[in-house]
Amino acid sequence: MPNIIDVSDLSYRYQEAGSRVLDHVTLSVKQGEWLAIIGHNGSGKSTLAKCLNGLIQPEQGNVVVSGYNTKDESAIWKIRRRVGMVFQNPDNQFVGATVRDDVAFGMENHGVAREEMLQRLDEALKLVKMEAYADQEPHRLSGGQKQRVALAGIVALQPLIVILDEATSMLDPEGRRDVLETMKLLNKQRGLTVLSITHDLDEAVHADRLIVMNEGKVIRQGTPAEIFQHAELLEEIGLDLPFAVKMERLLRQRGLEMTERPLTQEGLVNALWTLRSTM
Amino acid sequence: MFNLVIGQYVPMESLVHRLDPRSKLISMFLFVIIVFLANNWLSYGLLILFCLASITASKLPFQFIYRGLRSVFFIVFLTFILNLFFTNGGLLLFSWGWLHIYLNGLIQSIFISFRILVIIVITTLLTLTTSPIEITDGLESLLHPLKRIKLPVHEFALMMSISLRFIPTLLEETEKIIKAQAARGSDFTTGSIKSRFKAVVPLLVPLFVSAFKRAEELAMAMEARGYHGDEGRTKLHRLVWNNRDTVLLLILAIMTIALILFRY
Repeated sequence: MPNIIDVSDLSYRYQEAGSRVLDHVTLSVKQGEWLAIIGHNGSGKSTLAKCLNGLIQPEQGNVVVSGYNTKDESAIWKIRRRVGMVFQNPDNQFVGATVRDDVAFGMENHGVAREEMLQRLDEALKLVKMEAYADQEPHRLSGGQKQRVALAGIVALQPLIVILDEATSMLDPEGRRDVLETMKLLNKQRGLTVLSITHDLDEAVHADRLIVMNEGKVIRQGTPAEIFQHAELLEEIGLDLPFAVKMERLLRQRGLEMTERPLTQEGLVNALWTLRSTM
Repeated sequence: MFNLVIGQYVPMESLVHRLDPRSKLISMFLFVIIVFLANNWLSYGLLILFCLASITASKLPFQFIYRGLRSVFFIVFLTFILNLFFTNGGLLLFSWGWLHIYLNGLIQSIFISFRILVIIVITTLLTLTTSPIEITDGLESLLHPLKRIKLPVHEFALMMSISLRFIPTLLEETEKIIKAQAARGSDFTTGSIKSRFKAVVPLLVPLFVSAFKRAEELAMAMEARGYHGDEGRTKLHRLVWNNRDTVLLLILAIMTIALILFRY
């Protein structure tokens, strides 16, 4: 699969005298994959996200999105149309007075013709299962519902990639699950590339690939299984391991070896009940 | 304030609801102006008739209109009393000490009260039958010509709709801060006016800080979603001017002429 985002040697700092928030970061995002960037608060992962659609310009290095460099000012709106972004606070990104208005906001900005807008609007709302709320006002929606509306607004723009910048961190467990389900749907059914930026490892285990960041540097890349082989490293940089990983480690210390290391609760349960099975 | 701005709109199916917001806005402004032309029973009768007809056409239960009127009853009452006692002329109806009520005063105060009431009824009817989005869209469209003289009409409309959208959010937040401060022993309800005023400060500061933070995040989210001003922008809402809108304006025009004729 071709790369849709290439980041090379990217560095950035907020104040000229300050320390580097991003320190020579090089990474790429492949088309169609679900990539999770994990790291503790202040590891630079949110700053990295803002570099990917040109909200922040790199101090050094380049960010190239499907052939367009973010430094190229004439391409910035093309880039933003291809890179959708969901932010952390559901309230502070809801622009429209109703769900319909909010989903349409992005399309209005990019000059989508009205007829097509209406069609995409219905389609996007159906996809995130919010069609019943089309005329609702934002203050009547839960956090999870607002984030799904935000996703609909992005899907309607038919982007290449959706970046979720801690998009589930302010939600209750139910809202988090709904948003996660929607993300899976977009990734698997729509073939949309998903880049989720998170410190929640329970969310990260669903990704195809993980990138671990600490103090502005990429310190490790790999599949979830590979990354969680070195659970100690994740704990060292201040991340909270998923329950299944912790449990497996404790069981292993007690001498209970499982054939494969489970990452989710379901995987753990399956590993346990088949442990003594000889079939 | 909350109820005045957004809590009012009642979504329903009626002729008045279906009217284009532009025709409703123009009619409302025109109506408020021509009310001042009325100076006799006939013209007031015509205005009241128009109000009743509009209410009937809106299919709104009368209690909604009444709710809107309730808050201004005091003002109406006050103007009634003032006009009653301070307008002289005509037959002396009542006299007690230095208080005199003349026939002209009575008629005048009834007229003035009706004048205020019909204005309130028509403006209430507009906000009851037109959603805030429609009003904003209507205003943007009506003010569109002012763009030529470089007035930021689109930005103004966007600001208005974002403010409306954030009113409930900020109210919720205010409530949360009040509770948080009350939990730490802050007292808003007792004490002298000065101490109550002082208690409001620790409420306003966090509210402002958070509002600024929200504004910053919202601006970034809007930029990420491709907002770059009015240029090349399409709109989801389309305003359609129908025959019924032209008819409404015609009715208003006829009423204006009638009121001028009735005056003499």
